[in-house]
Formats: sequence, C-alpha cells, structure tokens
Amino acid sequence: MREIAYEEIVKNVRDIIVYSASNLPEDALQAMKDAYENEKSPVSKEVLKQLLENADIASSESRPLCQDTGLAVFFVKIGADVKVVGGLLKDAINEGTEKGYVEGYLRASTCEPFSRANLKDTVGYNLPAIIHLDIVEGDKIDIEYAAKGGGSENVSRARVFPPAAGKAGVIEYVKECISDAGPNPCPPLTVGVGIGGTFEKAVISSKHALFRNIGSVNEDPEMAEMEAEIKEVLNKLGIGTMGMGGTETVLAVHIESNPCHIASLPVSVNVQCHSSRHTHITI
Amino acid sequence: MSKTYHLTTPLSDEDVSMLNSGDIVYLNGTIYTARDAAHKRLVDLLDAGKELPFDVKGAVIYFVGPTPPKPGDPIGSAGPTTSYRMDSYSPRLIAEGLKGMIGKGKRNKDVTDACEKHKAVYFGATGGAGALLGKQIKSAEVIAYEELGPEAVRKLEVVDFPVTVINDTHGEDLYKIGRSQYEVK
Repeated sequence: MREIAYEEIVKNVRDIIVYSASNLPEDALQAMKDAYENEKSPVSKEVLKQLLENADIASSESRPLCQDTGLAVFFVKIGADVKVVGGLLKDAINEGTEKGYVEGYLRASTCEPFSRANLKDTVGYNLPAIIHLDIVEGDKIDIEYAAKGGGSENVSRARVFPPAAGKAGVIEYVKECISDAGPNPCPPLTVGVGIGGTFEKAVISSKHALFRNIGSVNEDPEMAEMEAEIKEVLNKLGIGTMGMGGTETVLAVHIESNPCHIASLPVSVNVQCHSSRHTHITI
Repeated sequence: MSKTYHLTTPLSDEDVSMLNSGDIVYLNGTIYTARDAAHKRLVDLLDAGKELPFDVKGAVIYFVGPTPPKPGDPIGSAGPTTSYRMDSYSPRLIAEGLKGMIGKGKRNKDVTDACEKHKAVYFGATGGAGALLGKQIKSAEVIAYEELGPEAVRKLEVVDFPVTVINDTHGEDLYKIGRSQYEVK
C-alpha cells in the first residue's frame, strides 16, 4: 500500500485550480491560434485576436481568463493500492477546491437552485466540487480537472433515441444543438458527444470527452471518422467566433461511445467554450 | 461598412440612433452592472412604484458578475455573461429610459422591439475576454444588493471599453447578418 497524505491532495488540487484559471492549456491555446490562422471572416478574426491577447494578459498578470471561473469538475481514478492518510479523498478535493477559489481570487458561482442564494456561508466557497470517482489498478491518484462555465453548459442537451435514428440521427441532433446555441456558448467550441450506455452514462461520457486534449485522435477509427464528419457539418453553420459569423465555429468534436441497451440509442451533447480550461495530474 | 465611435455615458437618443449593427464603440464614463437576480429586484421596484438605486435614463447596464479584485485592483476579470436570461426584464428598463445593454449572445424579439420603439442598443462585448475587459474598468463600487455577491449592482467607471453593436435601433441584428455570410447550406 502506498500512503498519500490528505494535505498533499489538497495542495495539488488548489494549485491546478489557481493555475488553470489564468493559463489556457497548450492544446487549447494552439487550437485558438489555428482558428485565428484559418478564419475567413475579418470580424471573427479580430475577436480571435482579442481572445489571444486576453490569454496573454491572463497568463502574464495571473488574472482569470474569464470571470466565469466555473464549477470545479473532476474525474478521479484512485489506484487500489493507495491509502489516503489523514482524511477522505472527496474531502481533500473539496478542500483544495475551496482553497483554490478563495486564494486565487476566483468567483464563487454556486447557489441554491431556487432561492439562488450563494452557499458560501453554509457549505463553503464554490462548493461542492463535481467529482466522478473510479477505482483502478496501481498506487497512484490520477486527477483530470476542468473549470466548467455556465454559458456553454446551458446549451448542452441529452436524449434517448430509438436505435433506428442511427449515425445520421446523432449527427443531426448535434447540429441542431450547436445551431440553436448560436453565439451563446462562446464559440469556437469543443463539443463533447456521449453515445450509448444508459441515459446518465451518455451524459457523463459527453462531459469526460471535453477533458481530452484538442488535436488528439480518437483511438476508435470509426469514431475518429465520425468526429471529423461532425466537425465539418458544424463549421458549415457559419456561426464563427462569438457568433459574429465565420468559418471556425468548433475547435474539436470529441466522442465517447459505449455499448447500450438493444432498445436504446442515448446521446448527449456537452459544450465547452473557447476557454477550455482543463488539466491532468498524477499524484 | 462598420464605423468606430467613442461615446460617453449617459447616452442620448441621438447617440444611439446613429449606431448600426457591426459598429465598434469605445464606451467611457459610468456604467452599471446587473445580472439575473439584480434585474428581478430592479423590475420589482418599478412595479412597486419605487425609485431605482441609479438613474436609468440614458444609462448603460453591463451584464457581468466579476471575479473578486486582487489587493490594489478595482475589480477582477469582468467579461459579459449570456444576455437572454435578462430578456424578460430588459424591455421594462428600456421603456424607463435605459439606452444601452452590454452582454453576449442572442436577445429575443421583445427586447429588439423595445430597442426600436424606445431607441436603445444592445452591445456585445467579447465573451471570455474577462482579463482584457477588466483592465478597462478604472473603479468599481457596489451601490445595491451587496448580499448577491458577484450579482450585486456595481457602479463602474470605464475608459475606452470596447463593444460591438449587435442590435441597433433600426431592427438589424449582427448575429444574423454575420452568420448568413458564412453559412453553407
């Protein structure tokens, strides 16, 4: 058994939260630079230039890229040979999250669903974090983190289709989602598509798909081909950067596919804005 | 052809009537922040026949919930939030004399109709450019609803705050114009 101290997890989580708020990861930054090169609309190109300048300012002055510093979302894999000493893993992640948001001067964006009251006095600052846990082989803790903003989350959707809908039905559904969303989710976007599983499995898969590095190739050749096809369809929508009209509406389409029930074809579309603040560490 | 203007608040009917969708405007002077929760309270005040916490005539409201300021800074990152959530409240404020709104994303017909009828414009600021936009804000003061945290109403002093006219007083919509030029059917 490898022992990992509770405090070490808190510190790691705090650090990635503070760093991610002001530093776009290399893959997302490169994708934005590529979009700037490829964009045909002068208006969208100008806005992309402003966003690249924003990324520079954020990084060099340690200011948050966006005022929506998101809800903290984690996919965590803990090795079966790890023992967390001094507290529980989930508590450590929540404590690290609170420290990161407070010490990094990040916005607390959580509230009660109906009163809309901010919970920071009762349960903490920007808590609870959204944590998806899995147990795997080994003696390490693998943490994937993303700050998930509200504008792009608000246009996301899920539906269980009959199997006859097929690939064409899925592609049409994703197209409708991004077309209806227009400028609202802050394009150019990363589009996560979860296919198959049960209803909630499709939704969680679409979320996890957003954590993959932009520019990476899907290991499943059939899905890689489908990703390219959907990306082409979406870029024909003409939405452009921040909806100003243009040729670069999506940076990437990421699909996670699962086996599903013989009666169902669940599909979920989870959308990420141009500021794809995600990171991956191993403890 | 898009034009560039430098305007100082409060804005007049003449100021906003000359603007066309796609024009770039650098705003100077005082603007006020309000998001969903604050908008609801402002409209509730009007319904109750009470006074608003600021003079809405000629005013510009920025839909933003900034990050907390670091020590020594007036404000943190401060880019626009998605505007449609204010659609049910904006027409009422426009009828009372509001001349400009700054946000991102589409507005509904009630809002754009009100913009035409009462002479007001909807400006877009670049979503996700919070660090850059925050630097154009020189002072910030909470003037109402402090308990709403990031959603409190703030009085901001801005210098050359960059926005683009999305919906003008003539019924045009930059999102529709821009997209139609690049959509491949």
